[in-house]
Amino acid sequence: MSLCYQCGKCSAGCPIRFYMDIAPNKVVRLIQLGLYDEALKSSTPWLCAGCLTCSARCPNNFDLAKFMDAVREIALEKGVEVKEKDILSFHEAFLDQIKMHGRSYEVGLVAEYKMKTLNLLQDVDSAPGMFFKGKLGIMPHNIEDKKSVRDIFKKTSKK
Amino acid sequence: MKPLTGGNMRFGYYPGCSQISSAKEYDLSLKKVIGNLGVSLDELDDWSCCGATSGHVTNHKLANGLAMRNIMLADHQGLDNIVAPCAACYNRLILSQYETFNHPEIKSEIEELLSTKFEKDIGIFNVLELFMKIGLGKIVENRKRELSNLNVACYYGCLLVRPADITKFDDAEEPTSMERIVEATGAKTVDWNHKVECCGAAHSIARRDIVVDLSKKIIDDAIAHGANVMVVACPMCHTNLDMRQRTMKKVYPGHKEFPVLYLTELVGLSLGMNEKELGIDLHYIDFKYDDNIIKNTVA
Repeated sequence: MSLCYQCGKCSAGCPIRFYMDIAPNKVVRLIQLGLYDEALKSSTPWLCAGCLTCSARCPNNFDLAKFMDAVREIALEKGVEVKEKDILSFHEAFLDQIKMHGRSYEVGLVAEYKMKTLNLLQDVDSAPGMFFKGKLGIMPHNIEDKKSVRDIFKKTSKK
Repeated sequence: MKPLTGGNMRFGYYPGCSQISSAKEYDLSLKKVIGNLGVSLDELDDWSCCGATSGHVTNHKLANGLAMRNIMLADHQGLDNIVAPCAACYNRLILSQYETFNHPEIKSEIEELLSTKFEKDIGIFNVLELFMKIGLGKIVENRKRELSNLNVACYYGCLLVRPADITKFDDAEEPTSMERIVEATGAKTVDWNHKVECCGAAHSIARRDIVVDLSKKIIDDAIAHGANVMVVACPMCHTNLDMRQRTMKKVYPGHKEFPVLYLTELVGLSLGMNEKELGIDLHYIDFKYDDNIIKNTVA
């Protein structure tokens, strides 16, 4: 983290900067200054798409995308209220499918996501098309050794 | 990168979850095209999700565990390499393996988690590397059609070429391998600005507004530089750039539909296969290749 000398090149090239409440380099600065709460409650880490543009361009080889992973993980551990609730709901719903089936299950993902967020009407325009084209399977794709995947979840769970 | 020559070329295959659902045409066209070029893919038995974005943004150890389960299976099944056609799976697998072999504390943590020992570094290739290894001469030799009326914007997105010091196959800012593959089909490529700009990736459902804005900019830049089709090598990019054009038309009135193909589909067209065989009819934005005319109609 001390590698970052605040040149701002990461924020200049960040494709999602305009949707964030704090510029990505400022999240690093807050943590450098010990202002953890402000950094952890920011929407910035959750909006970061992990595209690695910042990490590729940093003149001092600071891996900001990976740093954002760590900030999110710490925010979750500390129970900080997440500003981008829908994004977190999506990740939780996605991982629940993997835990259950070993592979992604889009119908289950969308159902769980809608239950969590109550965005019931979102995407109703694209789902019928996907069914029609045979892209959304009604049944999940279960792997044989589901237990091995569940064990990974169990052993790494922080709850 | 030197092409492999002689004998039967075989690669391990890690399809990834999209290949059996939203990107089934990518799977279909990849298998058809690779088979036509004399290469076979051995699918990894009982593969599981790589952890995807949701894994690494919430739990580092879980993400590594999910990715490395597949590396472990590849090793147990005697595979030296695996092809991961999804850019996100490719990135997760290659990064987790890199961390495992370069950080002893992570290695012992993951070995304990999966009750195994990691000794063999598995080669992890994306589809661009696969074509490079097969050799572009093979595409040229087997070409049945010259796609010379296509001006292609080659879109790499974020995860195929980054981080370049770990993926080690092309440049992170100005990659050119996809252009070389596309040119082997006889199609032309355009110089443009957005080839490695992010499409919004996994925000497709929770923040569709962002994805639609970013994807719109990418398509507009391709059109402004003279492209009449875009080619991608990632299911998530394809969903955002193809399917999300439906929402794009509502948010940006006047948006003109623009066809987006998987790289494997473009190569398949040049090998003489038709749209249906390659699954191009499963796209939201229709694309019909005519020897002289490109017809693009509403899905």
